Amino acid sequence: MAEQTMVATKHPVRRPAVHEWLRVKKKFPHLWCPGCGIGIVLGGTIRALESLGYSKDEVVMVAGIGCTGRIPVYVDCNTLHTTHGRALSFATGVKLARPDLKVMTFMGDGDALAIGGNHFIHAARRNIDITAIIVNNAIYGMTGGQCSPTTPLGKRATTAVYGSVEPPFDTCELAKSAGASFVARSTVYHVKHVEQMIRMALEHKGFSVVEIISNCHTYYGRINMEGGAVEMVKAMREKSIMVSETMDYEKARATGKPYVIGVLHRDTERPEYCELYEQMMQEAIGRK
Amino acid sequence: MAKVLQEATKMTQVQKMVKKALTGNEAAAYAMRQINPDVVAAYPITPATEIVQIYSSYVADGLVNTEFVAVESEHSAMSATVGACAAGGRAMTATSSQGLALMWEMLYIAAGLRLPIVMPVTNRALSAPINIHGDHSDTMGARDAGWIHIFSENSQEVYDNIIQAIRIAEHKDVLLPVMVTMDGFIISHAMEVVEVAPDELVSKFVGIYKPDRYLLDIDNPMTMGGLDFTDYYFEHRRSLAEPMFHAKEHILAVASEFEREFGRKYGLFEEYRMDNAEYAIVVLGSTAGTAKVAVDELREQGVKAGMIKVRIFRPFPYDEIAHAVSECRAAAVLDRSDGLAGRGGPVFGEVRSAICDMEKKPVTMNYVYGLGGRDINVEMIKSVYKDLQRAVATGERALVNYLGVRD
Repeated sequence: MAEQTMVATKHPVRRPAVHEWLRVKKKFPHLWCPGCGIGIVLGGTIRALESLGYSKDEVVMVAGIGCTGRIPVYVDCNTLHTTHGRALSFATGVKLARPDLKVMTFMGDGDALAIGGNHFIHAARRNIDITAIIVNNAIYGMTGGQCSPTTPLGKRATTAVYGSVEPPFDTCELAKSAGASFVARSTVYHVKHVEQMIRMALEHKGFSVVEIISNCHTYYGRINMEGGAVEMVKAMREKSIMVSETMDYEKARATGKPYVIGVLHRDTERPEYCELYEQMMQEAIGRK
Repeated sequence: MAKVLQEATKMTQVQKMVKKALTGNEAAAYAMRQINPDVVAAYPITPATEIVQIYSSYVADGLVNTEFVAVESEHSAMSATVGACAAGGRAMTATSSQGLALMWEMLYIAAGLRLPIVMPVTNRALSAPINIHGDHSDTMGARDAGWIHIFSENSQEVYDNIIQAIRIAEHKDVLLPVMVTMDGFIISHAMEVVEVAPDELVSKFVGIYKPDRYLLDIDNPMTMGGLDFTDYYFEHRRSLAEPMFHAKEHILAVASEFEREFGRKYGLFEEYRMDNAEYAIVVLGSTAGTAKVAVDELREQGVKAGMIKVRIFRPFPYDEIAHAVSECRAAAVLDRSDGLAGRGGPVFGEVRSAICDMEKKPVTMNYVYGLGGRDINVEMIKSVYKDLQRAVATGERALVNYLGVRD
């Protein structure tokens, strides 16, 4: 219908790439709250894939459960919607079966670091060529704002009404320590930067992690009185410091700002898991 | 005189019941607050999250003495609950669907260690494909885990069953974990009038948990779940079967004490208009309420319809159900889960097994319905009775049927 109108007016408008990649007719409207940052992550992902020239058939998106876990439901490529925390395990299987495909996972902080924490560190340890996008809103959004492994100390959640007493994980530090060979962080305020970080992660061979700080104004913002979507996203600008040529990671951390953004770690020397696996297989066959 | 006074006190206690508007989840959390367990470990999952979330606010408000742990998965939730219970505490958690599936390992361990854990489960369909709505696939999969399963028709029964479950689980001749189920959303999220008892009555009824054997008892040190190969494993598992054989009598004893104190009557199952019934259906959970309307309407039209609502699914009341349907010409079993066994759902298998040795038995049919929360209404249930009548009249029947599915 929309296309017919375009022909009729003879003013064809170039539809943005995201429209080609979305299951608009089948799966929309989406379930995210108005103002949610996940849409920015989805948009950034599609623009990054498009700019690198990937076709929809070359990309596999795997997700578990949660608000972020919904991303692949709305994307018209090869998608696998699995169980809570296990996106990386399923993705590991996909990647080993089809190393030629670009495999991505989408997880929230609860999905990736609580119930799926084990799989996260082991995927990083193997350095398997998967791009893990972790949207960190510091809370369990879908089930109603429970305390998560990234809820900052003292911040409140529906299961921590006097504030969390558990120290949170630093997703990027965890990924780096466990062996991920590309680690970056961005926030949904930095829309172009999100796209750039995802593009660099996709270009990297090995386990790449992009943590994107997002806003859950519906629960986190309301419970902690940090305002609505606009206030929370604006605050990200104040709370972030970018790693750049003049400001290295340690210097940026020393400023005390909560979110050091940019590429935090990159190791191009570490061998990638599927290649090692293939190499081992060829050697074993040669030996026979 | 003393007896009269005693009776009068009991009467006032029953009268002290307060009517509240509660959802199934709220009723479960309310019962848990009154039980006041020592430890609750939990992980969020739709549609059971509310139970433990409301409970965490009770903890924060200082209304209970519970240690609340927000763990990192259901696997850990049940592990922590097992640990707390093994250490001598009264421990509870709640879950649903995939969460229950992730607890699988520990479900068997809780039963094998004879730990009287009570867990409300909000029934929800299992993946794949992912679905958050109510059906019984999750707990049916756990039917061989050694847990007692109690099904509830509405919020009131959820409340009552959880309170009774504590007494059943902790009885020294039972010592088995108990799951109390409610249909996801249909019960868990629907608000109904629930009569709640005063806190003192519930805490008096459940009493203080005093385990005979527990870890950290320095005078009687013990080990739990130690390695058990071909030498003793079989004997230990055989001893686990024993309490299940006898659990029914304790369940009924707790029910009759509950009736005295709370004024509401419970059995192993409920018979609805089963007197002289010729056509019966056997059903679990919230669908029983819908079926009662269908039975009433059919009775008005002169059809001798009746219904059996199974409350205790584990241990299954085989003899009692067989007796209850013995005079029927035909009986249909409604399963809200598909056992994928090749011949109907899990309740069907149990009912057929129950009537197997009877000389005169009803014609039986199975209806798998309501998967993933698919609606079931009065007309659909009436169509089942119509099928039963036709089966008796013509001898034509399909053994396994799918009710309300599009071909």
